[in-house]
Amino acid sequence: MRNAFIDELVHLAEVHEQIALVVGDLGYSVVEPFAERFPERFLNAGVAEQNMTGVAAGMASEGFHVFTYSIANFPTFRCAEQVRNDVAYHRLPVTIVAVGGGLAYGSLGYSHHAVQDYGLIRGMPNMTIAAPGDPLEVRGVMRHLVSQPGPSYLRLGKAGEPTFHADVPVALPGRWLEVRRGDEQGEAIVTTGAALQYAVRRWQEATFPRPWVFSMPLWGMAAKSLQPEQASRFEVIRTMEDHLVDGGFGSWMLEALNANRDFLGRIEVEALDPVVCDTVGSQVMLDELGGLRP
Amino acid sequence: MTLATEKLARRVRVDALKMVHRARAAHIGSALSIADMLAVLYGAVLRFDPAAPEWPERDRFILSKGHACVGVYAVLAAENFIPADALLTYGQDRSILMNHISHHVPGVEFSTGSLGHGLPFGVGKALAAKRRGDVWRTFVLTSDGEWDEGSNWEAIMFASHHALDNLVVLIDANNLQSLTTVEDTLRLEPLADKFRAFGCEVFELDGHDHVALTSALSSAPWQLGRPSVVIARTVKGRGVSFMENQVKFHYSPPDDEQLAAALAELREPS
Repeated sequence: MRNAFIDELVHLAEVHEQIALVVGDLGYSVVEPFAERFPERFLNAGVAEQNMTGVAAGMASEGFHVFTYSIANFPTFRCAEQVRNDVAYHRLPVTIVAVGGGLAYGSLGYSHHAVQDYGLIRGMPNMTIAAPGDPLEVRGVMRHLVSQPGPSYLRLGKAGEPTFHADVPVALPGRWLEVRRGDEQGEAIVTTGAALQYAVRRWQEATFPRPWVFSMPLWGMAAKSLQPEQASRFEVIRTMEDHLVDGGFGSWMLEALNANRDFLGRIEVEALDPVVCDTVGSQVMLDELGGLRP
Repeated sequence: MTLATEKLARRVRVDALKMVHRARAAHIGSALSIADMLAVLYGAVLRFDPAAPEWPERDRFILSKGHACVGVYAVLAAENFIPADALLTYGQDRSILMNHISHHVPGVEFSTGSLGHGLPFGVGKALAAKRRGDVWRTFVLTSDGEWDEGSNWEAIMFASHHALDNLVVLIDANNLQSLTTVEDTLRLEPLADKFRAFGCEVFELDGHDHVALTSALSSAPWQLGRPSVVIARTVKGRGVSFMENQVKFHYSPPDDEQLAAALAELREPS
């Protein structure tokens, strides 16, 4: 995903002169193609995420679309108030990019476990969350974010993830992207972020009737109203995410569907158990420990 | 002789007092502290067009100590960014004149209220201007107490590293913060030495001296390639004798009697 991100960003920046990249002293062997191609639009803000985010907001207020880049919780929790007040409240075109979403850096410990980020970001009006499920979705969401510039959060994995789409999908906020077709209108698995891989494997291993698999790589507070219509086609709506259940994507879906009593008892949430917070290990091991599995 | 900016400062003080009195709002001491700086900035230094608040060539002014907003609202009314009667809505339900400065008000670049946000934002603006070759300047007015915030030190280090000589930082050094003096809370002194060590040009002056303020702010940058920092030594509550240097008026609005006494000191009919 990291490689798709920087490759797409370079392509977009060739067309869109307002795109700038500001990194928080991270991105070795990732950001160089952008830094070398557009040195006047690249900046290393140092290990200072509060200032990085405030500077990005200031630049955005003067017409730049700024991508801030760091890992795990550093560009979000460390500078949460700058994201809330400076970026989201002022509706400025800043895309906060975090690599190592979920438990991608599971062996590095709790400091690097990004399993509460949706909870933080989705409580902010005006923010769009972009959590792509594969490298092609990375490109799809970035094209949307650049075409509709505003406050946004882009959660990436690491590198080497499999692809599940045949081509770059057209991603729109709140819209379910069909990834695998089910047999009947029984169960829809709706994922965001890297949990897509588990839903696809479950589909592969399922016997008749197979569930449908959808990815929702773009969502946020404003996209809730789009859920009831899409969900109404299915008997069961099952969400999957590599984030704690509290404040996460499944909780968001529950809120989105809560107003309609027809959905009562039809929503299943699969998310991580907080036991992962105090454990280190590989992403696969921790996801399984947390309850996320095919 | 009274300078035009001194007349403007008097008007800012009068309007600020009336606003906080009507709204029963806090922070009058902080607004009085910066009234002279605001009057000099808007009366003699900043380039702006009230008919076109977004004029691209304007100088940018950011109030990082957003709680002192009544001073800015008053000066914006005096300079015709907003109608004078809009000040009457301050602190009322649904008013755009919030009790911390709001970007919904024409002429206000940035909403603040949480300290330590204005400078990084202003640094981003100054950097954008440099990268694009624009000639306008960015002025950020901070309190002294808000230099407790680490984000400010991150920002000034960044501004110096990137040679942002189009940035002017004003520090309202009134030596009073929320509970007691700056000196007794977290000592900032020697403040000028700190900024010099961070690579800034520093000018210390009396923050109520209009001639000194005009001279310093008009002539920045004082050295190419370095941010300018004005340490303005001020008196919190300046202009109203019984409010001066009183922590109480960080919180308490004047009652009817105190408003009348304050306006009398400013030779304004109540």
